[in-house]
Amino acid sequence: MATIVAEATGQAILQEEHEQSFLRKYIFSTDHKVIAIQFLFTTLFFLAVGGFLAMMMRYQIAWPDQPIPGGGIFPESMVASGYILPEFYNSLVTMHGSIMVFLAIMPMLVGVYANYLIPLQLGTHDMAFPRLNMYSFWVMVPAGILTLASFFVVGGAAGAGWTLYAPLSARPDLTGVALGQQMWLVAIVLIGLSSIFGSLNYITTVINMRAPGMTWFRMPLTIWALFITAILGLLAMPVLSAAGIMLLFDQTIGTSFFLPEGGGQPLLWQHLFWFFGHPEVYILILPAMGFTSEILSVGSRKPVFGYKAMVWAIIGIAFLGFIVWGHHMFQSGMNPTLGLTFTVSTLFIAVPSAIKTFNWMGTMWRGNLHFHTPMLFAIGFVAMFAIGGLSGIFMASTPVDIYIHDTYFIVAHIHYVLFGGSLFALFAAIYFWFPKMFGRMMNEKLGKIHFWTTMIFFNLVFFPMHGVGMVGMMRRIYDSTGYAHLQGIGGTNELMTWSAFALYATGFLFAFNFFWSIFKGKKAEANPWNATTLEWQTPSPPKHGNWAEVPVVYHGPHEYSHPGVTDKDWLAQNERPDLPSPAGGH
Amino acid sequence: MAHAATAGRAPERGLDVYTQKVGMWVFLCSEVMFFAGLIGSYVVLRFGAADVWAEPGDVLAIGITAVNTFILICSSVTMVKAFAAAEADDQKGIRNYLLATTLLGALFLGIQVYEYTELVLHAEWQGSHGFTPQAGLYGATFYTMTGFHGFHVLLGVVCLAWATKRAYAGHWGKDNTHGIEVLGLYWHFVDLVWIILFTIVYLI
Repeated sequence: MATIVAEATGQAILQEEHEQSFLRKYIFSTDHKVIAIQFLFTTLFFLAVGGFLAMMMRYQIAWPDQPIPGGGIFPESMVASGYILPEFYNSLVTMHGSIMVFLAIMPMLVGVYANYLIPLQLGTHDMAFPRLNMYSFWVMVPAGILTLASFFVVGGAAGAGWTLYAPLSARPDLTGVALGQQMWLVAIVLIGLSSIFGSLNYITTVINMRAPGMTWFRMPLTIWALFITAILGLLAMPVLSAAGIMLLFDQTIGTSFFLPEGGGQPLLWQHLFWFFGHPEVYILILPAMGFTSEILSVGSRKPVFGYKAMVWAIIGIAFLGFIVWGHHMFQSGMNPTLGLTFTVSTLFIAVPSAIKTFNWMGTMWRGNLHFHTPMLFAIGFVAMFAIGGLSGIFMASTPVDIYIHDTYFIVAHIHYVLFGGSLFALFAAIYFWFPKMFGRMMNEKLGKIHFWTTMIFFNLVFFPMHGVGMVGMMRRIYDSTGYAHLQGIGGTNELMTWSAFALYATGFLFAFNFFWSIFKGKKAEANPWNATTLEWQTPSPPKHGNWAEVPVVYHGPHEYSHPGVTDKDWLAQNERPDLPSPAGGH
Repeated sequence: MAHAATAGRAPERGLDVYTQKVGMWVFLCSEVMFFAGLIGSYVVLRFGAADVWAEPGDVLAIGITAVNTFILICSSVTMVKAFAAAEADDQKGIRNYLLATTLLGALFLGIQVYEYTELVLHAEWQGSHGFTPQAGLYGATFYTMTGFHGFHVLLGVVCLAWATKRAYAGHWGKDNTHGIEVLGLYWHFVDLVWIILFTIVYLI
């Protein structure tokens, strides 16, 4: 009976499409697909902004004694007579990290793809709470505006690092930033709210709204990853909100939660921040792992190797993610015995991560590999994530971490997992699901150029950072040329900066391909990749309400080269090998 | 078509509970983490630092807050009664119990505002007149925790007022109990948080 009700609702939703005004349909829409696309455009914009801040940092690192070209267009409070000011450099470091984590990568992984894929891959009409879903986007917008505006207020944008360590972040007299820091904290609380609204929706939808036959272990790995990520976000973000509010009170109404002179504890901030911060790391990588699993399976024309092991590995990583936060704090003066427990629990994460990596290789092994752009980026993800994951094992060990803490080695590590990992997988996802979102294909030739240039320049930027980090170059240093031990690295820094400019330029190639393809790309069929999951069994792009009739699921999500099927090398989740294909399936 | 073979199969549900209720449970999980962040910080700051806390009853008045706690517990009882009335399709009961819950919640807030005013204007703490959020960690943690709890009560009262208004329009009944049940879950959670706060902030 529930099905009948659901289908009746679906019909009603389909009809409603014609009656909605422009504002309801595209701006204040409750359709999960429109919300996902709103998130996509917003986060791509912030990706470009965050990247631009990094370019300015790279210029300063390579040529601290030369004025920056075009520096005249910046206000005197940022760039004085052509030179980037140290205070502005602090803001660049802080806001590059903050924007990339909170306004680009995280909402792109979750806001875009959890929104877009959960109802489509699970075979339901929309999210459990569509209006709450709309709020989750519109709470994020003021956060973005506050963030951008904070650059132009007195004192400039927040400058205490994205980790906002107190007392540096709590006392405006230490950084010279008062209002900018407060605006950023308000933005963080809003982003937390947005994330909680989103997670609430994703979790409820996955638990209670799957199509008939879509049992837990028939869900695509993308959904598993997004589901577990939503649980992490739900439990971690409120802690950051609580901490952020206390820090805001320290800044504004004169409390002293994190200020030692008032009896407060700066270390409490670090514990609260990293209690959020380490699950956040997995919020940023688990969805990427989900996309990769799925795209590798499609591109190899083989089922995912060890599907259940993949699911349990995701759950294992998520659980371990909550008990390892102390490994960010080895140098905070913590008891070495406590440090040892954090070392051990952190090393354990290598186990599920390695299971995933080997299973990805197992998926590709002897597959009928199709090297289209999404596949290339997915393979790139596996390779880059392996490098970033291995350097993570180095720093999990306290003695090694004490040596490399706060050096460029850490910067290299975070970029191998966040750019080489998350962003590569995101590019794969954008190329892969673009035809479903916009009904057109992205250009393959440009896509392949984009992949190879990204791969080359990414490694040229970030691999040498391991080296300059080992030499001892400090992580947030404004001008490293004055230090005796850093005399030999000027050339490496220049190479990295030139490569960074080239890497940023490849972003424009991608942007061109993206926008050009929306209007002029080749028309996409319903299922251009011959994929098995449910979203490919609807038209591209799907109509409002997704399905005229809710599909019924018969088997697992990645059935490629099924022995019972002879006419093609894939079997959609709503097809049975012993029955003719459902109409409209392809 | 394939679906004919399995026509009438219901959607998969992980929990045998309607979606709004699952949503409220999930939301309450995040609320637990929010208050865990605040209460955990309080524990660390109070027992890990040298800052001074007053003896129970010296600054914060236990008597009036105990009455307030009792009011909030009573409001949980009337909330349960409202849900029972909805299940029994007792329209008068739904109206009266929802109205009672709303008024008790509002009364709790009123007494909290009175308490704050008294503390800020008249309390004596460390030789100075008035107990404010700036009065050391004692004041900061007190106002932050009880303030955020009060904010949650306020949200609850607004929703309850809306539910009461709908009750007078005959909206709720035995075929329409979900809204009251879900609101009740939230209200009991807020009540539970207060009992913890009352214990650790006022009594210990």
